[in-house]
Formats: sequence, C-alpha cells, structure tokens
Amino acid sequence: MTMLLSAPAIDMPGALASVLGLVAITLVMTVGVAYATWYERKIIARMQLRLGPTRVGPFGLLQPIADMLKLLVKEDLRPATADPIAFELAVFAIFIPSFLAFVAVPFTADWLISPLPLSLLYLLAISGLSFIGFLMAGWGSDNKYALLGGMRAAAQLISYEIPLILAMVGVVMVTASADVYQIILFQDRIPLIVWQPLGFIIFLTASIAEVERPPFDIPTGESEVAGGVFIEYSGIRWSMFQLSSYVNMYVFALLGAFVFLGGWEWPFGRDIGWGYQLLLTVSKMALFIFFYLWIRASFPRMRVDQLMSYAWKVLIPFALLQIFLNGLFIVYDAPGVVLAASSWAAAGGLMYLAFHVVRRGEPRKPLQMISVRATAVAARSAS
Amino acid sequence: MVLERDPALDVVDMPINMGPQHPSTHGVFRMVLVVNGEKIVDLVPHIGYMHRGGEKLMEAMDFRQGIGYCDRTEYLAQFSAELAYCLAVERLMDLQVPERAEYIRVILTEMNRLSSHFMFAGAFGVDAGVFATSFTYAFPQREFLQEVFEEVSGDRLMYAYFRVGGLAWEVPDNFVQRVHEVLVHSAQGLKDIDDLLTKNEIFMARCQNIGSFSAQRAIAYGLSGPMLRASGVPWDLRKDEPYSIYDRFNFEVPVGNYGDVYDRYLVRIEEMRQSISIIEQALEQLPPDGPIVPEKMPRRLRTPPGEVYAKVEAPRGEWGVYLVSKGGDKPYRLKMRSPSFCNLSALREMTIGHYLADAVMILGSMDIVLCDVDR
Repeated sequence: MTMLLSAPAIDMPGALASVLGLVAITLVMTVGVAYATWYERKIIARMQLRLGPTRVGPFGLLQPIADMLKLLVKEDLRPATADPIAFELAVFAIFIPSFLAFVAVPFTADWLISPLPLSLLYLLAISGLSFIGFLMAGWGSDNKYALLGGMRAAAQLISYEIPLILAMVGVVMVTASADVYQIILFQDRIPLIVWQPLGFIIFLTASIAEVERPPFDIPTGESEVAGGVFIEYSGIRWSMFQLSSYVNMYVFALLGAFVFLGGWEWPFGRDIGWGYQLLLTVSKMALFIFFYLWIRASFPRMRVDQLMSYAWKVLIPFALLQIFLNGLFIVYDAPGVVLAASSWAAAGGLMYLAFHVVRRGEPRKPLQMISVRATAVAARSAS
Repeated sequence: MVLERDPALDVVDMPINMGPQHPSTHGVFRMVLVVNGEKIVDLVPHIGYMHRGGEKLMEAMDFRQGIGYCDRTEYLAQFSAELAYCLAVERLMDLQVPERAEYIRVILTEMNRLSSHFMFAGAFGVDAGVFATSFTYAFPQREFLQEVFEEVSGDRLMYAYFRVGGLAWEVPDNFVQRVHEVLVHSAQGLKDIDDLLTKNEIFMARCQNIGSFSAQRAIAYGLSGPMLRASGVPWDLRKDEPYSIYDRFNFEVPVGNYGDVYDRYLVRIEEMRQSISIIEQALEQLPPDGPIVPEKMPRRLRTPPGEVYAKVEAPRGEWGVYLVSKGGDKPYRLKMRSPSFCNLSALREMTIGHYLADAVMILGSMDIVLCDVDR
C-alpha cells in the first residue's frame, strides 16, 4: 500500500478514495456475506420442508450475527505437525484476491472504485488466484483429506478457468470491449444472453465450479473428504475461508448479471436513479445466487473424473465453437439474428450432448419383477 | 494391504484412514483405503467398535428378555429381528401363533421395512452429495411410521412388542385407520424421493456401473437381501421359504440386472412399493378380533432340548437366529446371522479399482447397520 501511495503516477486523492472505497466494500460485503448465509439457509430450508433459522431475532435475522460472534471467539487451532507459514497464510491467499475483485465491479453507472480498461480480464485473473491458497491450505494442514481436497481444488479451478475465459472471449468478440462497464453499456436494449446463450450456459456451469458449490463442491465434499482443505481450520480462519467462498459467489453472480443480463442498464436504460440501478444489480445478482442455492438443494455431487471430463470434453469444445461462430459473424458481418440463432442452436446441441451422448451407451434394462416362487438354484440352472 | 511404489515417478500409494468418525461411514465403521491419486488400490475394513458380545449376553437372558436385545442389534428393522427370534423359539416349542397376531406381525414388519428403506434413501442421497434434501424428504415419512410403532408398542426405537407365540398386547382401536393414513404419506414420500433422485443425471452417472457384482460372486460372498437381488439372483425368503403368513399375499420381487449401486437403489425403492401393497392386502385380510397369544400359553417359556434356525427377510437381507437349547428357559447357544455383516464382507472386492468417492457410494448402497455388524 505504501508503494501504491508513493507512486508518483497515481494522484493521491484518487488512490486514497480507491483504498477507502475498497475498505468500505470489504466491510459492507462482510455483513452482506453474513446475510447471504441467512438467505441460503432460509431458501434451502424451504426447499427441504424446514423453516431455517427462526430463533435469533425476527425471522432469524440475527442468526448470522450470532454465528459470527461464535466463530470469532472460537479457539484458533493449528495442528502441531502443520506447516505454520503455509497453514496460516493460506487464508489470506484466498481471502485477499476474492475481495480485490470488487475494485473493478461497477455496482451502478457512477459507483465504481476504479475504472479499468480491461476490467473483465482483471476480474477473471484475480478470481483465478484462489487456487494457490487452496493448495497451500491442503499442503500445509498435514492432513490427507486436506491434501486430497487441495489437489482436487487446484485441478478443478484450473480446468474450469479455461471454459470460463473462453466464454468471456466470445462476449468480448461481440461487444468489442473487455471492460465490464462498456459491456453493460452495450446491452442497453437486448441483454447478451440473447446473443450468447451458449456462452451463458458455459459461464453458468463453469462459475458454479469456480466457486466450488454443489454439484461441483468436490474439493470440500462433506461425504467424501469431510470438508477437504477446511478440515483442520477452526474459528476465525475457517470463517474467513467461508467468507471468501461466499464473496467469490457474489463476484461471479455479479459478473453474470453484468455480462449476460445487462447489469444496471437493461431493461430500464441508464437514466434511472442510482438507487434503482443498485436495486437492479442486486436483484439480478440475487437471481444468480438463488439459482446456485436451488442447484445445491437438489443435485448430488459429481465425481472428480466426471467433473474433469465434463470440462475438457464438453465445455471447452463448445466454448471454442462459440468463439468460432462469433468469428464467422465478425468476418462476414452477418446480421445479429444469425449469431443469436447459431448460438441458441449450439446451446441446444450442448444440452442434447450432455443428456444423451456423453452420459453412457446403451439404455439400461429395467428391473425384472418376479412374482412366482423361484429359488436361486432353479434360476441358476435355467440361465 | 499393498503399498506399491512406482519407481518411474517416485510416488507411493497413500493410505487414508476413513472412519470411525467420518460423516459417511454410517456409524463407527473404519476402513483404511490405499489410494493412488483418487483410485482405490486396496481397502481394509475394521469392525468391532460396537461389539457388545450380544450372542453371549443372550445366553444369560430368558426367552422373553432376548426379544429386547434383538431390537438393540438391528435398530432400523427391529420388528424383523424380533420376528426371527420369536420364530426360532416358537419352532422349538412348537407353538401355533394365532391368525390375528400373524397379520399384525406382517403389517408391522413391512412398515418397518418401509421405514428402514426410507432411512436408506435419505442417507444414500447424502452420500451422493445431495445437501440433505433426500434426508429431509425421507425422514418425515419415517416419523409418521414411527408414530404408529409408538402407538402400538409404547416405544420409538426399542419396540419389544412381539412375544413368543404372539404379541405383547392388543393394538390400539384405530390401528387399521392409522396404518391407512400413514401409507398415504409413505406413498407420497416414495414419490418425492423418486422424483428427486432416480432420474437425476448426476445421480445416475454416480451410481451406474459402480460396485458391480455378479450373481456368482454375490452368492459366493453370501450376500442377501437387496444386495443379492440387485445382482440378479431372485431370492427372497418371503417367496422362497415363506415364513409366517407371507404365502397369502400377492407381491413381486424386484431383481436387478447389473448388480451395481444403482440397481441396489432401484431394488429398494421397488421393494417399498411392494411393501405398501403387502400391508394393504394384510389390512384387508386382518381378522377384526381374536386372540393374539395361543390359548395354551405356558406361564414360563421353557423349550425342549434341540436346535433350530429361523430366518426372515429383513430389509437388509437374511436375518437368522440359530438357537441351541438344552432345555430350560434360556438358550444354550444363540447365533445371530446378520445380513449387514455378510454384505459388508464384499466391500473390499467391490471397491478396489473405483474412485474414492465411489467407496462412499458403495458403502452407502450396502445400507449397513453397525450394531448389526458387530452385535
């Protein structure tokens, strides 16, 4: 930070404002994330025929505060055999990048910490840093489950980075800009999801994998590796892990809202007040988060090899196909309808492939229903 | 245990200790997995954490006290275990159980099968990684069933309601109506579980062709119950060696084709439908009144010397009681043949070569009860 402040090229008030803005975002997001857990618990509880938190405060609204207090005062344990540096710094290696992403997030037309000309690239790059922290935590914990979780996290995050970035390359080709702000301005009438449905599906899938939420929560799979990299963490460090995982979810939900759903621009234009813009942004983000929660409550977890083959054999080829289609569109200057139609067709193809081809070969025989007395011996001699 | 060293890469297989405090070992079961990356190379199961010397304990209990211990052994299918024990003593004493008691026994045992399979479906979904949704779908249904058990027996877990020769006491007056009510819930819960899991793409991908076991291997390992039937062996004691009054009901035995985890799941789901049908038939045929214990019931249970093996088709498979008596009111030797133990013996062969996550699914598909394994 001292380097940042003393650098002569940066004007002091601007830099200070950025830092203050980031601090403010961090504080707001910490509370926001706490309430994301409340939202998650309430929504999933309803899907599971439960009520969720009801005891602390009205509708359980103070439950996140109580949870936070409990986590803050909990003992911070470190296994005796853990690597102290890797173990303790891993938290920050995950925590800091996830919050740094907010530097480039335009919440409204005017509320933006730092305008970056390549903010999309920045967002993707900074959110891809967290795997280092997972590896550090997995290696530093001196626990085999944590090690497995860390390795899974690294493999998963690196693999799904590729379709994510390729989907975004398609967007950049259409909008001719890698600035999230410009991409939002591009969608003043029609959101990009209409032009790039294939890119949207790939983004949606890959973003769930990037934030390690079910069905891609393989690094932390409770029933297999019992929490994965988090297994040895407790108290404040564990809650910082959780915090950054929720912040990552926010970042990707915001990214999806900005890039594919038109952010604060669509459908009301940019002349509405900043309050409405913020409301629009937040509600679109909440839509994404709701989708993530819905998936979490209803889908089993994928296996690690299925996850990998899905990324490399399905998503990446289709992301390349999207880029190819966009390239044709640019080279031949085709009307937008052609682009949209081709992308929708390709999205349909992706769904069909995921459903019918990749899954397995011949259909399974149904169960035999045996209603007569037949001993196993008789059945064996007959067959 | 094999720890192979790969000289070219300078890597060695890693042993991982899973359990006894792992969330998905379904109790205090421990297995040491040897993994090469994520692939399982070897597996050593460790059992015995719940061992209480039950068979020895039952030698010191008279024939009525032993019923209570059966509950504590198979705590998800208590009525099946009680039934096997009672059948053994009844055969030794040559007692004739009254009609009405037989019907109530069948109704309760089949309801117990429903509740046990609901438990399986809930826990299996969690093993597959559904965030507890299958659990919250299955458990209310289990609760409805358990309410009836409580009304009948006075207890929620350790029923001890069957007696040698019949039942402990008469069921409540509204028993038939209550069972009808609960069956509606059970059918709905079955549909919910079915909608949630059965056709789910990820669930199918996780379950199919995992832990496949051929019919020959299944018979060789002495598997029984849904594990055996999923492997394609049509063997159900209720059909093949009917005990109690099971030969009076029309039902079908689902038999799988592939012997994998998915077939075991499907077989259990289908068995629940058949159980509902059996209960409905039994309710129709249930005599409205009549004795529930034999008329010439001795005050103290004393068996003539002899030995007997009685077995029932419990939700997990063949639950048998081998009883040796030298006369008197206590068994001389009692052996419990529990399906969980025999099914668990196949775990190693099923698991090797699969991924770490599959080991959890395979163990979950066995639907073991650790008390039943260790006794």
